[in-house]
Amino acid sequence: MTQAGHEAVIRVRNLVVGFDRVTVLDRLSLDVFRGEILGFVGGSGAGKSVLMRTIIGLLPKRAGTIEVFGVNLDEAGEKQRRATERRWGILFQQGALFSSLTVRQNVQFPMREYLHLSSRLIEEIALAKLEMVGLTTDVADKFPSELSGGMTKRVALARALALDPEIVFLDEPTSGLDPIGAGAFDDLIRTLQHTLGLTVFMVTHDLDSLHTVCDRIAVLADRRVVVDGPIARMLASDHPWVKDYFRGKRARAAAG
Amino acid sequence: MTVKPTLDETLSGLAAAGAWTVDHAHELEPLVEAASDKRRPGRRVLIDVGRVDQLDTFGAWLIERLMRACRSAGLDTAIAGLPDNYHGLLKEMHDVNRRPQQAAPRFARMSNVLANLGRAVGGTASDLLWIVDMLGETAVALLRTLVRPSTFRFTSFVHHIDRVGLQAVPIILLITFLLGCIIAQQGIFHFRRFGAELYVIDMIGILVLREVGVIMVSVMVAGRSGSAYTAELGSMQMREEVDALRTMGFAPVDVLVLPRLIALVVALPILTFLGSMAALYGGGLVCWLYGGINPEIFISRLKDAISLTHFAVGMIKAPFMALIIGLVACAEGLRVKGSAESLGLHTTASVVKSVFLVIVFDGLFAMFFAAIGM
Repeated sequence: MTQAGHEAVIRVRNLVVGFDRVTVLDRLSLDVFRGEILGFVGGSGAGKSVLMRTIIGLLPKRAGTIEVFGVNLDEAGEKQRRATERRWGILFQQGALFSSLTVRQNVQFPMREYLHLSSRLIEEIALAKLEMVGLTTDVADKFPSELSGGMTKRVALARALALDPEIVFLDEPTSGLDPIGAGAFDDLIRTLQHTLGLTVFMVTHDLDSLHTVCDRIAVLADRRVVVDGPIARMLASDHPWVKDYFRGKRARAAAG
Repeated sequence: MTVKPTLDETLSGLAAAGAWTVDHAHELEPLVEAASDKRRPGRRVLIDVGRVDQLDTFGAWLIERLMRACRSAGLDTAIAGLPDNYHGLLKEMHDVNRRPQQAAPRFARMSNVLANLGRAVGGTASDLLWIVDMLGETAVALLRTLVRPSTFRFTSFVHHIDRVGLQAVPIILLITFLLGCIIAQQGIFHFRRFGAELYVIDMIGILVLREVGVIMVSVMVAGRSGSAYTAELGSMQMREEVDALRTMGFAPVDVLVLPRLIALVVALPILTFLGSMAALYGGGLVCWLYGGINPEIFISRLKDAISLTHFAVGMIKAPFMALIIGLVACAEGLRVKGSAESLGLHTTASVVKSVFLVIVFDGLFAMFFAAIGM
């Protein structure tokens, strides 16, 4: 449970990512420090999800280095990579729950694959995780197609937390939720971050989330991170996109 | 760098130390089990966690489990030396798994088998009803379209004709050609013993035109296009696209099913014709190269052996087979539920059922044509 210290758990340097002839990220650098909640914002299609997917290794990069827990993932061997992957959890935008497994099985899946534990313990921990994300055990035997949007996100979060990761990547966790649901989800992330000592990398569009839960915000514009820092620095920035985003009409409403 | 976790007996209770984390959970569980089972003399157990240097959900839950076990054995429990930052985690664990688990109902094996059998029979009946239902809906949609022809989705129809018709031609030609070759070779090989090679031509002509051409093409189309229809409609169903159409005031049957079905009904007779020709060609080639029957004899013999009736029998069946394949494929596609597994299940069912029904209907047609003397 380190407080937001200055140990960078994710260190991205001069990252270049592109598809065909389009360059999406150009010499982007970013640090994520242990124990903080980093809000990552940018216009639609600016490449926020691309950065997240590149860090977790779903997309290839053209140049630059990515270090997670001080391990350069390009140089890491298969075993070290697997060990690193176990230390992060990912909440995909649409939940990405396995549709043929029940909620309970979805949460148990990573535990059964990675840990050699008794079924009883796996069962108890899975239910504990579901309760921690605010679900009752009634949903445990439902299938993902029977869940509401908010429940899907919570189950996906429980699955992301299944192995007690140190970093969680959240891709637009509050999109598609009503403001009350989104607020509750923000609180949940805050609480879990406190109790579990998580580092949270959150791609988001939700100005309320940025104001209430994020310790630090990084803004992606012009294919790189243009500003990063607490909300006060965002409000003071002169970058035209940042200005529009944080001082526009909707932003004023969010800031109250 | 993490320290192996331990759980030691002390004078006043237990002392935990080391890393109580997910990586050590498999070592921790037996420790906790052993400590919970042990009979303790006093009335109070003090669990000292002062030397635990790492704690996560797994460790915290095991401590909670240990405390619950002690409490249910009638002992008072207390935690000592818990670092501040782990208070929240332990408190969280204190509240979870409180409600008794209702065990999933289990059935005896025998009654399970019977239940499954009953379900399968009921399922078959409802499957047939679904297909009839789809036929009715399609007929209504067809009538609607006939009244207002402008509503017919011509572009979609042409697109599907291209996919199920034109693009299927090469593979259909190849397969039926090879089949014709095989029938001819086998026929010559066996008929030669009776000196009746020339009758091979009769056999090829009648067999290919009446039965093999249409059945082979139908099976190919069921596997190639029927499965594609089911998968397409199924994934549209999963992604709520079908519901979206419905809310915009379109009947999914008009938009999705009718163009596909009509494309199949148009394409399958054409494919059957082409396939039959390819099979006759292959048969003729083998007769010439393997049986020594030269092409002039083959053609004149074929002229005598077959009549328009044989050709008509095959061609009349083709659109009905198309209808069966299309109806089954679309009905299965629209029944897909939310999961990927369901999509696979219905795609398999679509192919199996349509091939089965094609064979069944071919038998019924054979009886029918025999009765009317065709």
